[in-house]
Amino acid sequence: MIDRLFNWADDRLALSRGGRHLLNKIFPDHWSFMLGEIALYSFIILLVTGVFLSLYFVPSEHMTVYHGPYLPIDGTKVSEAFASTLRLSFSVRGGLLVRQMHHWAANIFVGSIVVHLLRVFFTGAFRRPREINWIIGANLLILAIFNGFLGYSLPDDLVSGTGIRIAFSILESIPIVGTYLATFLFGGQFPGSGIIIPRFFIIHVLILPLLILGLLGAHLGLLVRHKHTQFPGPGAREDNVVGSPLWPVFAAKTTGFLFLVAGVSALLGATTQINPIWLYGQYFPWKVSYAVQPDWYMGWLDGALRVMPSWEIHFPGHMIPNAFFPAILLPGITFTAIMLWPFLEAKLTGEDRREHHLLDRPRDRPVRTALGAAIFAFYFVLFGASATDVLANYLSLSLNFVLWSFRIACIVVPLIVYPVTYKICKELQETPGAGKRKVHNIVVRDAEGGYHTIPAEEYPGFVGEEAPPLDVDRIDVLTPAGASEPTPGIYRIPRDYTD
Amino acid sequence: MSENGSEHAPSETGEERIAVSADSSQFQVAARHPRRVEKSAFVLFLVSVAAFAAFGATYVLGASDMVLGVLLAVGMLGFGVALASWGKYLMPRGPFEEYRAPMRTTEEQKKLLVSDFASRGKVAIERRGFLAKVMGVAGAVFGVVALFPLIRSLGPKPGKTLDTTPWKKGSYLTDINGRRLTVADVNVGGFVTCFPEDDIGGAMSQTVLLHPQTTDIVTRVGRETWAPQGYIAFSKVCTHAGCPVGLYEQATEQLLCPCHQSLFDIYSGCEPVFGPAPRPLPQLPLYIDSKGYLRAQAPYNEPVGPGFWTRGGEL
Repeated sequence: MIDRLFNWADDRLALSRGGRHLLNKIFPDHWSFMLGEIALYSFIILLVTGVFLSLYFVPSEHMTVYHGPYLPIDGTKVSEAFASTLRLSFSVRGGLLVRQMHHWAANIFVGSIVVHLLRVFFTGAFRRPREINWIIGANLLILAIFNGFLGYSLPDDLVSGTGIRIAFSILESIPIVGTYLATFLFGGQFPGSGIIIPRFFIIHVLILPLLILGLLGAHLGLLVRHKHTQFPGPGAREDNVVGSPLWPVFAAKTTGFLFLVAGVSALLGATTQINPIWLYGQYFPWKVSYAVQPDWYMGWLDGALRVMPSWEIHFPGHMIPNAFFPAILLPGITFTAIMLWPFLEAKLTGEDRREHHLLDRPRDRPVRTALGAAIFAFYFVLFGASATDVLANYLSLSLNFVLWSFRIACIVVPLIVYPVTYKICKELQETPGAGKRKVHNIVVRDAEGGYHTIPAEEYPGFVGEEAPPLDVDRIDVLTPAGASEPTPGIYRIPRDYTD
Repeated sequence: MSENGSEHAPSETGEERIAVSADSSQFQVAARHPRRVEKSAFVLFLVSVAAFAAFGATYVLGASDMVLGVLLAVGMLGFGVALASWGKYLMPRGPFEEYRAPMRTTEEQKKLLVSDFASRGKVAIERRGFLAKVMGVAGAVFGVVALFPLIRSLGPKPGKTLDTTPWKKGSYLTDINGRRLTVADVNVGGFVTCFPEDDIGGAMSQTVLLHPQTTDIVTRVGRETWAPQGYIAFSKVCTHAGCPVGLYEQATEQLLCPCHQSLFDIYSGCEPVFGPAPRPLPQLPLYIDSKGYLRAQAPYNEPVGPGFWTRGGEL
C-alpha cells in the first residue's frame, strides 16, 4: 500500500531524484545549533496557538459593558477587544492555557533568536558566504520584536495601551515624516479614530507573520544551499560537514526537540501567569499605573528612553524631540550595525575574503569576542534600566541614584567588559586543553599506596577517541556477515548490540 | 577509512564508493547502556500516551486550564525526551560527513550566464527599444500612484491637530463624569483629572487640577493670574513620551510620570527637575467665575505632550 502510494507520487514528482541526497543532509551535533531550532519551533507554536486565539478575539475598540465570570469588573465599560480577551481566557475551555502559551512562546521566540544571533556572531558564522543569511536573520529579529509588541498591545488593557501611547509619541518624533506616519496609522491625533487595535490586529496576524514566514523560508533555504557551518574537530574541514544525517538520526532528535519546546511552553502556560489583563483593567488615556514594564524584548528601548538625558534639538520652526534619540536613532543604528557587521569586519581586519565554513572558537578571535561582549553589555544595562523604578523601590534607594547609576553604567560597564573579555580570551588561548572534551580518567591506588591515572575503558559513545567521519553519499554498508552484496546507504542499523 | 576495516568497491556510477562493514564504530549506537535507554524511552512514550489521553478526557469533562496544561506538557515532554533520546542514543552515532562544494562558481559558468542574459536581452530590447522605454514610464507611474491610496487613505494629515486641544477661553474644568468643578471640589492637597466639557476623557486635553495652597501661585513672570487662590492646572500629557503624569507627591509638590520617571516641580511651572522629560508641562491659565466654577482663561499657549517635527516655536 505504502509502496503503491510512493510509486504514484514518485511518478508524478520524481521524489527519488535528489530525495536520497536530502535524507543524507548532515546536521552537526553541537548543542549550540539547537538555538535556532528553538526559534523555529516556538514560531510554529505561535502559529498554532495564534490561530486558536484569532477564532475568539474581537479586534475592536468599540465600548461595551462587561458581563462575565470575572466579577471584580462585572458591569464596567470595556472595549470589545478587552472583553473578548477575558471571554477567551475565562469562558473558552483551554482558552487561558492557549493564550498564555502564545504569550510565553512569543517571549521564547524573541529570546531564542537573540541567543542564536549571539552564537552566530561569536563563532563567526556570519562570514562569507553567509552574509545574506545573517541579514535575513537580523530582519527576522526586527519583525519578531515588532510582532511581539503588536501582539501584547491587542487586548487594549491599561499597560499595553500606555505602550501604544508611547509608540505614537515615538512615531511622531521622527523628523519630517513622523507626524504624518503617526496620524496616518492612528487615523488622527492620539488616540486616533478607533482603528488602531483593528490595524494592529491585521498587521499582527497577517502581514508580519507572512513576512516572517517568507524570510524564514529564505533563511532555511540558504541553510540548505550553504550547508551547515561546523566547529573545527576530528575530520571537520572547509569542504565537508560532519554530523548526523537528516534521516533518521536528526529527524528523531529534532522532532523530539519540537515536542520539548512545545512542552515547556505548555508547562509555562499552565503554571505561570503572564499578562493578567483583568488585574490591569481597560485602557483609558488618562489612566496609568505604576511600576509596569513591557515584555522583556522591549526592555532595552524602555531603558534607553529612561536613561536618555532630557535633550532636544530646536531650530526655528522645527525640532527633534527627545524620544527620537533613544527610540528611533538607537534601534536604527543597532540594526544597521548588525547588518553591516560582516562587511565591516572583513574590511577592518583586512582579512581574506575566502569562504568560511569552519567556525571560530570565540577565544581565538579576542577582539571580536570582546567587542561583542561589550556591546551586548551595553544593551543589557539598558535592559536593566527599564526597571529603575522597581529597583529603587525594592532596594530602598532614591530614584535619582538608581537612574544616575544606570546612566554611568551604560558607558562604564562596556568599557570594563571589553578588556576583561579580551584578557579571558587570551588566557584561554594559552591554557592547553581548556574547554576541550574531557577524556575520562580513572585514578587507581596501587598496593604500595601510590596513585596512577589510567584512561577509562572505551565503550560505544565514548568521546575520547573519535572515529573518522564516513561520507554518507559514498558508503555502502556490508551486511554483518561481511558478504558480497553491499547495501547502499546507511540504512542498515545493526541492532544486535550487547548490554 | 582503512583503520575501520573498510574496503573499496567501485560503484555503478563510476564514482568511487566505499564499502564499510556494519560493525564499524560509526554504526554503533551512542548509548553506553542501550537497553536502559530503550526502557526509559518506552516508559516515557507510555507516560505521554497516558497524559494525552487524560488531556482529552479532562477536556471533555471540563477541567481547569492548569490541569489541561500540565497534562499537555507532561505528554509533550515525555514524547520529546523519549524521541530525542532515541535519536541521540539508539541510532548510529557517526560521525558521518557530506561533501560541501564551494559557493563560488567558476569563471566559465559566470561568463556563460552573464553573456546569455546580456545577449538575449540585448536582442529582445534593442529590437523594440521604444517599447522598453514606454514600458518603463508606465511602470514608474504605476509605482508612484500605487502608493497614493495605500498612504493617503489611511488617516488624515496631521495639519494643526497636534498643536491645539479642545480647551477654549472660558471652558469649564469638568471631571470624568462630566460634572463642572467648583472651588469646593478640590481640597488643599487635592488632585483631580479634568477635561473641557466637550472632550470628556480626551487623551490630549486631560489636565491635572491641583490645590497646593490657598493663595495665588505665580509660577513665572506673566502668569500672575493663572493660579487664583492656589488652584493650578497643568497638562497631564508628559512632554517626554506622552504618558499621563499621574503621580502627585504632596510633600515635595512634584508630579511624577510613572512611565519613565520624569519629575516636574509644580511651583516652578512644572519644570522638569529629573528624568528624560525635556520641557515643562504646559500650564492652563485658570480663573474662578462668580459662581465659584473653575474655568480656563485661555487655551494652552503651546502644544501639549511630546515633541514633534513641526512643533518649533521655542528656542
